[in-house]
Amino acid sequence: MATQHSRSAARLMMAPAVILLLGWMLVPLTMTLIFSFKKYLPLRGGDLGWVGFENYARFVSSSAFWPAVSATLIIVGGVLVITLVFGVLLAILLDQPMWGQGIVRILVIAPFFVMPTVSALVWKNIFMDPVNGLFAHLWKFFGAEPLEWLSQASLQSIILIVSWQWLPFATLILLTAIQSLDSEQLEAAEMDGAPVLKRFWFIVLPHLSRAMTVVLLIQTIFLLGIFAEIFVTTQGAFGTRTLTYLIYQRVLESQNVGLGSAGGVYAIILANIVAIFLMRIVGKNLDA
Amino acid sequence: MKNALRAATALALVTGAAQADTITIATVNNGDMIRMQGLTEDFTAKTGHEVEWVTLEENVLRQRVTTDITTKGGQFDIMTIGMYETPIWGANGWLVPLDDLSAEYDVDDILPAMRGGLSHDGTLYAAPFYGESSMIMYRTDLFEAAGVEMPDSPTWEFIRDAAAKITDRDNEIYGICLRGKAGWGEGGAFITAMSNSFGARWFDEDWNAQFDTAAWNDTLTFFNDMMQESGPAGFSTNGFNENLSLFQQGKCGMWIDATVAASFVTNPNDSEVADKVGFALAPHKDGIEKNGNWLWAWALGIPAGTQNVDAAKQFIEWATSKDYIELVASKEGWANVPPGARTSLYENPNYMEVPFAKMTLDSILSADPNNPTVDPVPYVGVQFAAIPEFAGIATEVSQEFSAVYAGQQSVEEALEKAQAITTDAMEAAGY
Amino acid sequence: MARSVTNQRKALNTALAWAVGLLIFFPILWTILTSFKTEAQAIASPPIFLNFDWTLENYAVVQERSNYMRFLWNSVIIAGGSTLLGVIIAVPAAWSMAFVPSRRTKDILMWMLSTKMLPAVGVLYPIYLIFIRLGILDTRIGLVVVIMLINLPIIVWMLYTYFKEIPGEILEAARMDGATLKEEIIYVLTPMAVPGIASTILLNIILAWNEAFWTLNLTAAKAAPLTAFIASYSSPEGLFYAKLSAASTMAIAPILILGWFSQKQLVRGLTFGAVK
Repeated sequence: MATQHSRSAARLMMAPAVILLLGWMLVPLTMTLIFSFKKYLPLRGGDLGWVGFENYARFVSSSAFWPAVSATLIIVGGVLVITLVFGVLLAILLDQPMWGQGIVRILVIAPFFVMPTVSALVWKNIFMDPVNGLFAHLWKFFGAEPLEWLSQASLQSIILIVSWQWLPFATLILLTAIQSLDSEQLEAAEMDGAPVLKRFWFIVLPHLSRAMTVVLLIQTIFLLGIFAEIFVTTQGAFGTRTLTYLIYQRVLESQNVGLGSAGGVYAIILANIVAIFLMRIVGKNLDA
Repeated sequence: MKNALRAATALALVTGAAQADTITIATVNNGDMIRMQGLTEDFTAKTGHEVEWVTLEENVLRQRVTTDITTKGGQFDIMTIGMYETPIWGANGWLVPLDDLSAEYDVDDILPAMRGGLSHDGTLYAAPFYGESSMIMYRTDLFEAAGVEMPDSPTWEFIRDAAAKITDRDNEIYGICLRGKAGWGEGGAFITAMSNSFGARWFDEDWNAQFDTAAWNDTLTFFNDMMQESGPAGFSTNGFNENLSLFQQGKCGMWIDATVAASFVTNPNDSEVADKVGFALAPHKDGIEKNGNWLWAWALGIPAGTQNVDAAKQFIEWATSKDYIELVASKEGWANVPPGARTSLYENPNYMEVPFAKMTLDSILSADPNNPTVDPVPYVGVQFAAIPEFAGIATEVSQEFSAVYAGQQSVEEALEKAQAITTDAMEAAGY
Repeated sequence: MARSVTNQRKALNTALAWAVGLLIFFPILWTILTSFKTEAQAIASPPIFLNFDWTLENYAVVQERSNYMRFLWNSVIIAGGSTLLGVIIAVPAAWSMAFVPSRRTKDILMWMLSTKMLPAVGVLYPIYLIFIRLGILDTRIGLVVVIMLINLPIIVWMLYTYFKEIPGEILEAARMDGATLKEEIIYVLTPMAVPGIASTILLNIILAWNEAFWTLNLTAAKAAPLTAFIASYSSPEGLFYAKLSAASTMAIAPILILGWFSQKQLVRGLTFGAVK
């Protein structure tokens, strides 16, 4: 349908975005690849020559590697499940007729505007501190021993903090989707005597599947790279060292850029595996 | 006439430019540095130079300045660095040597321990803003009530018994508060200094990791047992700041930490227990001469390559001078001056009236970075080893230790992992 | 509306929704309240909810220590600049993807999104070295470009999904009337896409405002935004809950207010093509 002319115009218009992103991807990626094959220790004079695959071998053989991969997947998976489940429930709730809907919506979306650093600091100190935190007071009020959140339930705590930040995003997208649901269809089902659960399962949920896919895709992209929440709270201790954090430790704390770069390449591979996996689901659901 | 005017204007511009530089200083958000920031006007009034402050939390600061110095980014004219970084960076030629400071500055007045730790091959590379060791701060009232008397140089066994006696969990009083937080500068620093007093060491003379020794097992077991008995809830995430808060709120019977904390816990504005604090030397193990105290200085260094070396040097001379100490004393009182850097401060009768002055000096003098352990070691540094790899290794090792404190693994498991981590990292670095 | 809603049910919904809303909002509310307490009251046991001596002292201390306005201004420039620049670059790209799709369009889109998965820490050294070479360390322009590049995939994707919903016949008609490509975009397409563009801009301002890795690592004194401001208040010595709360409130207030005022626009466009 499109003419040759509009095709070349289209290409021209796409060019700036594509070229910029290509540069943004290729330049650092190439440098990362080069560093990953080198012994590169900034505090020992920088570039100390090629070492082949030594960094790659060392990075995976480190006892920290597999726990880091699993911590990454647990955090990403945990947050996704929580935000999707509660997001759907919250979206349905907010879609009901009520007084002060606008204000409630404002309250619910607020956490999305909070900087990750700020939210991590506030949660860690003001809420989860085992002596002065609000939770500790609450636990003591009910006569329980205060929980040591960030050490005894470290992964759960991080998932809680991150979910709190992302729940508004999921809720908003799902709410917009639910509002576009044909209410006559629901009413017809109600008339036919279909119970609430059935209506939810066969009408609401299928209608939301596209929105859920979008939430899944976008959140995964952001969650794979979470850093501030871990840096501020546990600094990678107590099993919360994700792949991103492990790379940070190698590059900045150990000042081993070669080793960290090899880790970076692994992280890219992991991200791409996740991406292909996502694309399988998303591709079907999104006629992009 | 016109030309003369123009020449005069040009001259004024040139001299004006030479006089009024703007220097950028990266610093930590510790109380003494924030006070220094507040006094910047005095420096500007004296020299005409303006100062831009980049104040960051310690971990962020380290990451920021290390990236900048290794890549020669040139973002800062002065960096606040410690005893760990200074000799390494100095050896790499990344810092401007401070060998031509003015006569009034009196460089020989700097405490020898501090000067030594901030030098490489006898050249000073960063001037100490304040220096510290560690010591015991304890609640005199609680000790009295429990009928225990603190000796000047207690043993670890005594500390453990006393802590157990004082602990009163129902009233949220914990016998002892110590750093359990992961990080080489947090829990890592404490346990390393403590291990010295148990006869342990990080490396033998051939740079082999020593976590498989009985001395390390004793250290970690003793620390963990004592803290489980008498420490506060969640001590595995407590660092300096957390313990300071707890102590100021009257929740700790003892706290072994940086000597600079003494001025915070005795300051009645912040501390509920200001008039009930006693001081003692950090403990040692029965039969071992070494005490478990460290040596540290926060110092100001100039990255090589900065355009504003002269202005930066002027700032360093101002901020680490005797006059600066006088200035702070006149505004905030002697207890709040930056301690531990100059000999003359400890000869000042006004300062020696401050209750913790003598114990601070004694602690500093008893730490020996060149000879930190019972058995000989190839490294310099008491609570760290001044090699570039140490920060990374010690952070990971201390994370394993913190997992012990949180009850997630045993002492043996942690030491085994620590041994593997250290061996692997040293291999990667080419030892 | 045929479904009759009893007031009773409405009241139940209201109560439940408000309870959940307040629960979710509570951490922010508590932070704001704490910022008006003294340090001692901030850690008081049992916690004090409202009946404390309200004080502005923490804000005064924070303001005295840091030049809040400068951090704020840098945040505004970086978030606003990067978003605008991103939209300018993304509109033509999204247009061509939506209206002149080729077999590779979907791949290009997914590839763009995948660039967001590069772990930032891994490329800190390369980027830092490039910034030194270009002399743009600690400049707003450098950050504007980097943050723009980080968010560009999201911008392109959001715009693409809005453009796709615009019926092609309208464009055909405009073309029949002899509109050039430029006119078509400016006079026909853009007005129809305004809600979409508005919510794209809002979402990306939020994302840019909260970006804390690059903004912290590529700045020193001159271009540092509010993320760096916050980094000087985390865990200082002594009691700090009240001051931390004040600094936190100052860092999030502008974006929170913007978000609340524009939430209708934000919500309307936040569909990512998921609503049909």
